[in-house]
Amino acid sequence: MKIRAHISMVFHLDKCIGCHTCSVACKNIWTDREGAEYMWWNNVETKPGTGYPTQWEDQEQYKGGWEKKNGKLNLKMSGRLGTLGNIFFNPRLPSMDDYYEPWTYEYDNLINAPEGDDQPTARPISMITGEPIDIQAGPNWDDDLSGSEVYAANDPNLEGMSDEERRMMFEIERLVFFYLPRICNHCLNAGCAAACPSGAIYKRGEDGIVLVNQDKCRGWRMCVTGCPYKKVYYNWSTGKSEKCILCYPRLETGQAPACFHSCVGRIRYLGVLLYDADRIDEAVAVEDADLVEAQRAIIQDPFDPAVIAAAKANGVPDAMIDAAQKSPVYKFVKEWGLALPLHPEFRTLPMLFYVPPMLPIQALVTEHGVGQAHDESGAAPFFAALEQARLPLRYMARLFSAGNEDEIAAVYRKLIAVRVFRRAQNTTGALDDEAQAALDGAGLTAEVAQAIFELTAKPTFDERFVVPPLAREVNIESMVDPFTHKTEAGFGFRRDAKRGG
Amino acid sequence: MGWIRELVSPQSRQWEELYRNRWQHDKVVRSTHGVNCTGGCSWNVYVKDGIVTWEMQATDYPLLDAELPPYEPRGCQRGISFSWYLYSPIRVKYPYARGALLDLWRAAKAEHGDPVAAWASIVSDPDRRRRYQQARGKGGFRRFGWDEALEIIAASTLHTIKQHGPDRVIGFSPIPAMSMLSYAGGSRFLQLLGGVVMSFYDWYCDLPPASPEVWGEQTDVAESADWYNSKYIVAMGSNVAMTRTPDAHFLSEARCDGSKLVVFSPDFSQVAKHADWWVPVNAGQDGAFWMAANHVILKEFHADRQTPYFIDYVKRYTDSPFLVTLDQNGEAYTPGRMLRASQIAAYADAEHADAKFLVWDETARAIRMPQGTLGFRWQKVKGQWNLDMKDGVDGAPIDPALTLLDDHDEVAPVTFREFAFDRDVTRGVPARRVETQDGPALVVTIYDLLMAQFGVGRGLAGDYPQSYDDEDAPYTPAWQERFTGIDRATVIQFAREWATTAEQTEGQCSIIIGAGINHWYHNNLLYRAAIAGLMLTGCVGRNGGGLNHYVGQEKLAPMAAWLPVAMALDWTKPPRLQNSPSFHYVHSDQWRYEGDFTDLQPGSAPGHPLAQGHTMDMQRRAVRMGWLPFFPQFDRSSLDVVRDAEAAGARTPDAVKAWIVEQLQSGDLRFAVDDPDAPQNWPRVWFIWRGNALMSSAKGHEYFLKHYLGTHTNTIADDVSGGEPGPEGKLDLVVDINFRMDTSALYSDIVLPTATWYEKNDLNSTDLHSYIHPLAEVVPPCWESRSDWDIFKAFARAISDMAPDVFAGPVRDVVAVPLQHDTPAELAQPEIKDWAAGECDPVPGKTMPNFVVVERDYAALYDRFVALGPGIRQDGLSVHGINWGVADLYDDLAKRRPVSTRNGTRYPSLADAKDAADAILYLAPETNGESAYRAFKVEEEKVGLPLADLAEGTRGVRIAFDDLTRQPRRVLTSPAWTGIVNDGRAYSAYCLNVERLVPWRTLTGRQHFYLDHEGYIAFGEHLPTYKPKIDPAAHGDLIKTQADEGAIMLNYLTPHGKWQIHTTYSDNLRMRTLSRGVEPFWMNPDDAAQVGIADNDWVEVYNDHGVVVTRAIVTARIPRGLCLIYHGTERTLSVPKSPRRGDRRAGGHNSLTRTRLKPSLMLGGYGQFTYAFNYWGPTGVNRDTFVLVRKLDGEPRW
Repeated sequence: MKIRAHISMVFHLDKCIGCHTCSVACKNIWTDREGAEYMWWNNVETKPGTGYPTQWEDQEQYKGGWEKKNGKLNLKMSGRLGTLGNIFFNPRLPSMDDYYEPWTYEYDNLINAPEGDDQPTARPISMITGEPIDIQAGPNWDDDLSGSEVYAANDPNLEGMSDEERRMMFEIERLVFFYLPRICNHCLNAGCAAACPSGAIYKRGEDGIVLVNQDKCRGWRMCVTGCPYKKVYYNWSTGKSEKCILCYPRLETGQAPACFHSCVGRIRYLGVLLYDADRIDEAVAVEDADLVEAQRAIIQDPFDPAVIAAAKANGVPDAMIDAAQKSPVYKFVKEWGLALPLHPEFRTLPMLFYVPPMLPIQALVTEHGVGQAHDESGAAPFFAALEQARLPLRYMARLFSAGNEDEIAAVYRKLIAVRVFRRAQNTTGALDDEAQAALDGAGLTAEVAQAIFELTAKPTFDERFVVPPLAREVNIESMVDPFTHKTEAGFGFRRDAKRGG
Repeated sequence: MGWIRELVSPQSRQWEELYRNRWQHDKVVRSTHGVNCTGGCSWNVYVKDGIVTWEMQATDYPLLDAELPPYEPRGCQRGISFSWYLYSPIRVKYPYARGALLDLWRAAKAEHGDPVAAWASIVSDPDRRRRYQQARGKGGFRRFGWDEALEIIAASTLHTIKQHGPDRVIGFSPIPAMSMLSYAGGSRFLQLLGGVVMSFYDWYCDLPPASPEVWGEQTDVAESADWYNSKYIVAMGSNVAMTRTPDAHFLSEARCDGSKLVVFSPDFSQVAKHADWWVPVNAGQDGAFWMAANHVILKEFHADRQTPYFIDYVKRYTDSPFLVTLDQNGEAYTPGRMLRASQIAAYADAEHADAKFLVWDETARAIRMPQGTLGFRWQKVKGQWNLDMKDGVDGAPIDPALTLLDDHDEVAPVTFREFAFDRDVTRGVPARRVETQDGPALVVTIYDLLMAQFGVGRGLAGDYPQSYDDEDAPYTPAWQERFTGIDRATVIQFAREWATTAEQTEGQCSIIIGAGINHWYHNNLLYRAAIAGLMLTGCVGRNGGGLNHYVGQEKLAPMAAWLPVAMALDWTKPPRLQNSPSFHYVHSDQWRYEGDFTDLQPGSAPGHPLAQGHTMDMQRRAVRMGWLPFFPQFDRSSLDVVRDAEAAGARTPDAVKAWIVEQLQSGDLRFAVDDPDAPQNWPRVWFIWRGNALMSSAKGHEYFLKHYLGTHTNTIADDVSGGEPGPEGKLDLVVDINFRMDTSALYSDIVLPTATWYEKNDLNSTDLHSYIHPLAEVVPPCWESRSDWDIFKAFARAISDMAPDVFAGPVRDVVAVPLQHDTPAELAQPEIKDWAAGECDPVPGKTMPNFVVVERDYAALYDRFVALGPGIRQDGLSVHGINWGVADLYDDLAKRRPVSTRNGTRYPSLADAKDAADAILYLAPETNGESAYRAFKVEEEKVGLPLADLAEGTRGVRIAFDDLTRQPRRVLTSPAWTGIVNDGRAYSAYCLNVERLVPWRTLTGRQHFYLDHEGYIAFGEHLPTYKPKIDPAAHGDLIKTQADEGAIMLNYLTPHGKWQIHTTYSDNLRMRTLSRGVEPFWMNPDDAAQVGIADNDWVEVYNDHGVVVTRAIVTARIPRGLCLIYHGTERTLSVPKSPRRGDRRAGGHNSLTRTRLKPSLMLGGYGQFTYAFNYWGPTGVNRDTFVLVRKLDGEPRW
């Protein structure tokens, strides 16, 4: 048992309002500069939809992540020749069309236009060429766009859906969409790191954050391909690849990452997971349907004395173990089994987990108009039954459980049961038969249902984000006495992060 | 895995300082965004090297009740993009003037020397005036200096006052709550001047007229944390996730707590994603759904089973037990006026007996006069204005009968107008015969009228529906299907779930409602149908209940203390306050393009004299009868009027008033509204600040361009007024104060650079939460910008300096004031009688506006601007008809940081915005516990029940500006509002009324189902009802525009968007990048296919009013027949030319609208139907608009 600590994440999609505040928080701080304009370390996608870069989930096209062939795990991009064989030519990179050509506007024209016979306007111009641009794509092009033959209909996750299931996306009374915010998953088995010929990509030992060393990166861009989530971006100005850094300068000062802090839907949770690094090989080798369970299995109980002893033996500090015990992520992922990894079939073991969204019930078109399915007595359930879900479970399973519908169904049963339980408390003040049946069906006790409710509905800032102390004084001490660092830090000249700079 | 490198050693990771360096910063300051979004979010703004680099939400809101989720973090994608603006290329950094005007000015100045004479020489010369007017909006800006700008502004203002009168100087700035001192700087300047401050809440159509109708209240709603207390929530016409972004989490959190969320929306909207049940009600038909739901609620929960909680509630808190007289109408009857004390011998002697209303006491079997009605509010004896069900004469307890079903003299056949089928039905209603002063009469209860109106028969005779399946009988579940597209079973199930939850939780059902409903022509009826559903189930005035209307950041928490500062009441009153819908309808000549209103707004009986004619006629009637204000007041300068009166021997204000009445009666003096296009009646100088008055606020934008500005326009509509064509270019000068070059700036004559929200001190509050926030000077005003407060202060100084050359000394002015809400003028007109038609005498303040003589001292303008005047010390603070003294608090302020004026007296300083903020905070009951305590003491006396205990525990609280910069503070419970927030309780409207029996400010003091204003009866809106959507032909958007090949007609909706707050942020690169690079046009795939439009194609959208050229988004999310352009677009950004309108630059979303005012909302002079600023009057509806859309011919041309 080799216990490591990992700062991990949960996004509760039922709460996501698709506002993109997270995206802008990140952009303002990290990627609002030349060469990084098109980078959205944090982005939010409308599902069903094609995402950013477009169709990123389609690994037949992009060859990201791992594949299991003949019992062996290889990077999908490797092909027969392997990574190094392709080092001077990587055909699997997204092009500018798959991202978008960044643009701005001739704002100056509004102030400086000479008097003419018509109103001046600020035309869009390319940030790359400075020339007028005909905008055909953007980083959030299919926002809120369900029911689109161009975008939603080309969601790679619809593959294998029946015609009937696909058609429902295009009938107004059956339309649906939800949001999928994405950052780097800081995977345990990161495709980007494995693909890097320069050895520039690493996981930080103390917290698991995956970083591209900007001194060592040589701009091969194999990481861009190797990451199945397309969360590594090539900076055309510096000639190096960059990606989400989980705001380590903020984490190191006890603050949640900017996108977490700014999440106004309060959907995000951050905390430490302890995992057994010795079992990674085993976890990525199982059949698709077992991937979620296999990943859950390597996450360890932070209260288990054996786990604690092993963690300490492996150099995990007490404070980190303490944080793991308070981790909201541990509860959602392991204790309650409510949060699932995105596309576990990519086999990178992402450390960001999602609680799937509840969506309104399906409507029916009757002879009288749009209505809802009723039973013979004319009644319909107060809350939606699982079977009335507006998106097929199969779709959700494609996203979050490598096709295992039982995993998804179990999550939804729990989410519904918590609500039925709470409604009974609020209206009759008692645990009535219906609520008890819902809890039993979901395998929850009243205590656990109450705990899920508390952490979902009423968490404070400190309950959502349990940031472990990252012992900066100890890290710095290995290079310079912190007593000296205190007096000297900041003196010096800053070097521009530009190519040749 | 061998290939994953885990690095522990810090030495090998020294490069990590790269990103640490970026994160480092020098300063963090709390501020917020002064934008009309209702968010009111607290932000930390980061400064690095003296430059604002980014912002992150502050998360240190004091927690409310522990049972509620916290408010943090508040702030959305738009707010977090704001720092982009500060140094962006669209920032206005310096003063700019239109080059053509500047050349004329400099030449005139050289010629005349005197600036006022120079200005006069330009505007009195038609060629010169035309020269710069036609250049408006067409480039040619030139940077110039502040001194020259101030000189032009002072000269033009003084010239206008002298030549035409001060009420030709107007100012528009929206929604003060978002940055209340920035607003107040301008309004204070204008009021000291005698200028006109224009309303916003009604013009934006944010005002829900149903709120004054039902509650006598502008708007009062729950803070968003209270949604969490709701166990059944309906969101209709409000896209919470999109437009209440920082509040939306309370919905998903409430759902987790077992609440059900039902969303009515024609499209699968962002909030529909969060719904348990999405009901795709056809656009604008939510009223039909609610009428049918109410039918079910009344039948099952009131008639078949009398739900005790509901019955008790409607008896105590609504007008439903009050008696209405029936008017004989042939064989049958129609519902008439409420029975009043003056009609019954036993009560006829009561003071204000005309405004005391009566019920039938079930136990005493007699007519009784409960306390709390309007007459008790304004009578001499205090302490009887409350909802304790006691008789106003002998104090005996009353047991009011809701229904006379078991105790009637006869079942009267009563006729009800059904607008859906344009017919009358006659239904039996149990009635009692009573003896009145005028003879015998039949009376019924409002409750029984409701039962009949909603078609719940209870075994009575008449045209009642047979069952829920009776499709032709309003308002059954089957009836509504043809309008809503929703099946009957859904309505029935909904109504049962709603009422059952309300019964189980005692009123914890709520409605979140917004612009999606309120922007329809018949919005008041849509609202009243829904409100009826709340009232019938006891869901108003309860935490977790209520109508939560959020459209516009209207809640200015410290209102009572802010108002005197903002309107300069500390020096002069009354102020000149104008309802903008009427103003723009009249002055921008939009009235010229429409015929009679009868097709839009049918009356209860064809041919009723009140309910027919042209809206302009109703507008004129409203002005002369004192129902609505109008400026300019007269067809000559109000200064000249006083001068002439005095010349004619009028020595006292009363004599001046009498002279004016005489002159008006003889026709020698006329109201300007009677001939608005005569040059002497034009508005002349317009100040615009904090808003986009010429674009996102300009319904009928193209008419603004034509008639106000005199520049190019894309309207092709015909003037159907029959007279001379309307004048073009009425305005002499348009001054825009802005930090970005938006459409209004682009079309103005002078653009002045203002400080952004990160460069000035100010205050911000909202109804979505109960905290008060500062805006703070994170960095000093950039480049040559100044704060709004300082800009208007500079105007004041420039005018004071120049005034002695124009005016020899102080002058007297007369202000026309309409009949005001929350004053005894609510008693003025129980009947409609027109003095101009000889139906009554012209009596100022009773049958016509009041006329008040005031003094203006232009040389003292600056001194008064910067000093808090003695009026507050002398008169105290007032709100909602109560008044309390604050002289000692005023004296405290004067001691702290006084300024001296010329006469040596010490006044509290208002020299800068922070002084003004501290003065307001120190006086307001919401931020000074002593002031709250006193206000409650006064209210206690008026009501006659204990109230001051609510303020006892917080009497020592004082909140100052510097406290707010440290941490957000929650406002205190105050009689200016109706929620109770003690001990962390969430604010919910009308809890004070329900729990403490304080009356609503209405006729009966209760919530009104029935509106017995003569005009409401004439228009058939006395009971909740349904009127059909406006027919496209009647709306008249497509008369000149031919429906040619390749075009399709669609209903044009402009809901609030995701990437902007109105137009702010819409030109922000962040937001444009995250959307489509343009503000797109959303349409259905089948509609698009019909005219060959594909996603991202350029389209031309047009009607008689104007044209928009943009790109299409094609999605099945939009139902057929509808299209959306999210409000609001700038015409500055990425707008090509329009081939169909002469290759001229296409417009913005308001290029496709024209103002139609609902004439019944101009009625006034009676109870809650009396005027107050942003409270009463017609609203700027725009949702009934139709357009054509086609694929753009060829490539876009720039």
